[in-house]
Amino acid sequence: MQFIKNIENEQMQKIALEVKPGDLVEVHQRIIEGERKRIQIFRGILIGRKHGGSRETITVRKVTKGIGVEKIFPIHSPNIEQIKLIKKGSARRAKLYYLRDRVGQKGLMA
Amino acid sequence: MKTGLLGKKIGMTSIFLENGDSIGVTVLEAGPCIVLNKRDEQKDGYRAIQLGFVAINKKDVTNKPLAGYFKKQNVAPCGYIKEFKFKDIEEYEIGNEIKADIFQEGERVNVIAFSKGKGFAGTQKRHNFSGGAKTHGQKDYHRAPGSIGAVDAARVFKGQKLPGRMGNKRVKIKNIEIVKIDLDRNLILLKGALPGPNNALVAIEKVS
Repeated sequence: MQFIKNIENEQMQKIALEVKPGDLVEVHQRIIEGERKRIQIFRGILIGRKHGGSRETITVRKVTKGIGVEKIFPIHSPNIEQIKLIKKGSARRAKLYYLRDRVGQKGLMA
Repeated sequence: MKTGLLGKKIGMTSIFLENGDSIGVTVLEAGPCIVLNKRDEQKDGYRAIQLGFVAINKKDVTNKPLAGYFKKQNVAPCGYIKEFKFKDIEEYEIGNEIKADIFQEGERVNVIAFSKGKGFAGTQKRHNFSGGAKTHGQKDYHRAPGSIGAVDAARVFKGQKLPGRMGNKRVKIKNIEIVKIDLDRNLILLKGALPGPNNALVAIEKVS
């Protein structure tokens, strides 16, 4: 089992990720379109962290033109350039799935 | 001509490739194996190398003829022995170590292992029968195999699928890609799953 832990630890790139559920974050994702490489930025509220270890993922939610958009990022993927903390949130639970039912201003974390 | 190595299945995990793809891999502890004996054309009629894997204590060899064999070959006793066809048997001497560097990353290999034993299994688990209806007045006829033959045959035909022992069989998985080789820790990472439980013995052989 130690071997597997070692392999997983080597995969981990952002060992201490300083974002928590409720935070407003910006995920910079490397995107390859044929020859071209560019960085796509996704800004939204972090509504949950899952799995842990090298397989950890974060779910980021934003509302564009009245439509909720959620993206799940594997945070240790080499295609994730950085995860920036824009504004600290004040969530009282680990998974903020209830934000999906909120409309308008209520959907924003204070 | 095939070339191979003995190894131990450690378990599964997932890793990221350079392009960001995440793939499931099986981690194998592959070797180092000791050359115990060589088979050549003159004496044995075929060319092969006998490999031993997992060094054990001398006093743990309870089989006396086997203990004598290790002594005669003047090698350290080991827990598992298997022969592999090797093309270049002249390159190896008895007592040599063979490591995972006989393989390359990106190469495809065959893996032989014993599948997990399922015990005495019914037809639904063993042969994917659909079973009886759950409702419509059925009672005690949910997992039964149904009819096993016609009346006028007066016998059951050979090969009829019936309940019985399932699993714990020798399985060969062909053309598995080697994702990564770690020579320092004697690890091989293979793409996808392998038969058998963790810590089970597996044989890895080159695709010829």
